[in-house]
Amino acid sequence: MTDATTVSADAALQKKSGSLFEVGERTKRRQAQERRFRMMGLAAVTFGIIALFGLLGSILSNGVSSFRQTYITLDIYLDPAKLDKAGNRNPDEMAKVTTFGYAPLIASALVEQIKKNDISVEGLSDKDAGDIISKEAPASVRNYVLAHPSKVGETVQFDILADGRIDGYYKGRVTMESAQLDRNVNPEELVLADKLKEAGVLRTKFNTAFFTAPDASDTRPEAAGLGVAIIGSTYMMIIVLALSLPIGVAASIYLEEFAPQNRLTDVIEVNIANLAAVPSIVFGILGLAVFINWAGLPQSAPVVGGLVLTLMTLPTIIIATRAALKAVPPSIREAALGVGASKMQTIFHHVLPLAAPGILTGAIIGLAQALGETAPLLLIGMVAFVREFPGPPPEGFFDPAAALPVQVYNWTTRGDPAFVERASGAIIVLLMFLAVMNITAIILRRRFERRW
Amino acid sequence: MTPGILALIVLALTVIGYFLGRQRAVAAAAQQNKRLHSLPGYYGQSVALFTAVPAFLLMAAWLFLQPVVIESQIAGQIPDSVVEKAGAKSLVMADVRRIADGLDLVITEGGVSEDELDRMRAGLTDVRGRLANVGVALGSDVSPAVFEAAKSYRDIGKTGSLLRNIFVILAAVGFGAWTWSRITPEMRARNTSEIFIRTLLLGSSLVAILTTLGIVLSLLFETIHFFQMYPATEFFFSTVWNPQFRGGSTLGILPLLWGTFYVSFVALALAVPLGLMIAIYLAEYSGSRLRSFAKPAIEILAGIPTIVYGLFALITVGPLLRDWIAEPLGLGNSSSSVITAGLVMGIMLIPFVSSLSDDIINAVPQSMRDGSYGLGATQSETIKRVIMPAALPGIVGAVLLAASRAIGETMIVVMGAGASARLGLNPFDAMTTVTVKIVSQLTGDTEFASPETLVAFALGLTLFVFTLGLNILALYIVRKYREQYE
Repeated sequence: MTDATTVSADAALQKKSGSLFEVGERTKRRQAQERRFRMMGLAAVTFGIIALFGLLGSILSNGVSSFRQTYITLDIYLDPAKLDKAGNRNPDEMAKVTTFGYAPLIASALVEQIKKNDISVEGLSDKDAGDIISKEAPASVRNYVLAHPSKVGETVQFDILADGRIDGYYKGRVTMESAQLDRNVNPEELVLADKLKEAGVLRTKFNTAFFTAPDASDTRPEAAGLGVAIIGSTYMMIIVLALSLPIGVAASIYLEEFAPQNRLTDVIEVNIANLAAVPSIVFGILGLAVFINWAGLPQSAPVVGGLVLTLMTLPTIIIATRAALKAVPPSIREAALGVGASKMQTIFHHVLPLAAPGILTGAIIGLAQALGETAPLLLIGMVAFVREFPGPPPEGFFDPAAALPVQVYNWTTRGDPAFVERASGAIIVLLMFLAVMNITAIILRRRFERRW
Repeated sequence: MTPGILALIVLALTVIGYFLGRQRAVAAAAQQNKRLHSLPGYYGQSVALFTAVPAFLLMAAWLFLQPVVIESQIAGQIPDSVVEKAGAKSLVMADVRRIADGLDLVITEGGVSEDELDRMRAGLTDVRGRLANVGVALGSDVSPAVFEAAKSYRDIGKTGSLLRNIFVILAAVGFGAWTWSRITPEMRARNTSEIFIRTLLLGSSLVAILTTLGIVLSLLFETIHFFQMYPATEFFFSTVWNPQFRGGSTLGILPLLWGTFYVSFVALALAVPLGLMIAIYLAEYSGSRLRSFAKPAIEILAGIPTIVYGLFALITVGPLLRDWIAEPLGLGNSSSSVITAGLVMGIMLIPFVSSLSDDIINAVPQSMRDGSYGLGATQSETIKRVIMPAALPGIVGAVLLAASRAIGETMIVVMGAGASARLGLNPFDAMTTVTVKIVSQLTGDTEFASPETLVAFALGLTLFVFTLGLNILALYIVRKYREQYE
């Protein structure tokens, strides 16, 4: 109806200006409409690209600083009277000295260092000065001593973590004004840090511990690392690859090459299509109910995560593998059958090798999806605070571990703003892994894919 | 012997089986001066397959079933009085399991021998203290009945493992030897192993059915369990969500559903127009240079894990919206809100809508465009009046698929939408969704005894039904559309 009325109104307008060379009102309006529509399209594309760069930019700008960390270089005298009372350098006995026994050594080394460099800050007590050192420091010195008992009695140079607030000061998170209001740090400590920096004692350097250290407690963001999470994720990826690739390829071969047209095949096809669309959190519920509660597998273990992610990845791999098998032309099969190969030989000796690049690409993309998956892992207990590294496989698959994306989530729930930086840094690490995997998949596809 | 070592033993037997089978076939052929029916490798393969597969299947089944069987046996041993005191059977069983594991540690680390353990009595020895020494913390003192149950749990578990090892190795050797003994030059070894492999292939494709069954059954059973403890009408029609871990909670799904649909609506309101316009522009207007850059860029958005979007919502979009829009306008002061989660989720869905619509727009026959241009229509008129109506069913399908994604999305809403269940209209308020509550009810405490944890399964089932329904509807519409053009 409306169309009809506009058309007649347009026709009325057209009549007034009769010439073809003169652009009429209606044509102008239609052209303007055309331009508007085009601009809207361009704006939508621009928005999409801006959203991508905004997303990546915000994560990068928040996270890059986590790759650098502030350290203080101290010469610490490992006093045998305090660390090894029995005097026999036996690590088992020395382990009785807790981190509280080490803290005074570090504090006195710092006081020494301050004196040596002739630094004095008004209104700063020795105790406050000690606060610029991370609470993690005694533990790391203790680990060093227990690993090298013969060093007791010597003066050893350590690179010791500065407190998270001092680190934040050099990353712009903490300022003199905010330090005034903060209970954990005061401006005098920042002045001291600045003077130590001038003296070359305090330095900001590349943060290798971020990749190797385990998680740390709420009050020690400076010591938190991704070590356990990277190992946990690696273990899970090993399990996913070892299970989903053979099962997925076997299922695809059956469905693509052998399956008769019957009820069972239809049911399998429908199931695979539906599984691809089931929300990931439902797989987490499945893992919790079946693998943990029913089968009694341990919580937070990479094996459970691996199994859940395998079930999630299977549809992706099956769909990719079937596409790759379909792309192999029938002439190959016919030629093999013609020279006397059995159907099984045809498939395993000829079709499968030709489809391999496509299958591999699909597997890598499926693996990349699994690596970034978070929600199901939350339900099977991967959020637990895990500080111990899992053992070597296969027993290590059953030890508690973290996972990269879950570690990110875990850090965002902590109070200290320094953890936001860590979380963004962890995302960068995760995205790097994903980028490497996807680029490998693209290269594989470019190099080996054959067009028939 | 751990399952890992057992698996290695079976693998070793498999390799040995392969060579023995092959050798026997070659030897038999030479001796009888006959030609083998199949290539020698197939004889080895048959023996290897019969050695490995039944043994591994038995092992997997045993690993899965043993805990269930043991549990049902032990459950009978525990007197009702203990169960009543603890509140639920599953709690007692968890204790039994923990004590049994702890006793293993007591023996390996605490230097207690098996005999000493036999003589240990819960009333006489400080079991709790001993367990605490090896790092197993118990909530309360151990009652004699539970301690005895834990001891027999260990005993049955040990016997079970021993039996498992014996039977698995017997199965491997037995089936392998049986196949080996049947080897003659006439044996159709290739056919045997091919039928075997074909069965394995079929078995692998059944994993998909098993997964679906596992999902449906686990959701269904626990949901029924939940409705036995909590009235279903309350769950479906109450407008209050207020879980109390001390009991007496109100668990109404309506505020959660409202939050879910509100967030999804905001997300779709952003993603559908933008995604469609992007698809249209890239398919109909843009030059090849822009397309070769923009298309992959937008597809990258689809490959980014949702946790990244969640973090983006949490640290960038949320504070931005709060400081620049919500607070100046007096609409709220929460950085997690429906609009935050909705916008970020919308960005996530853009590539989903655009790539699906792109396929659909490209599938519209060129002749329809040509016809429209021939009548003097401009490009935008052709798109709006000809291509869109022709592609509409497919686009509706794409939108429904996007909606099912939005409803099931978890990390963005967990980090962006907040946790307070409320029925409100202000998009700058924090609201919560079904998925957020599944996460919060199931993280941490996982003893399935209280309605507060079991409700997560009812929520999960609701979510599953919704997304499945949307997917089936979408596939139906897309399929129907396809039939019109092919």
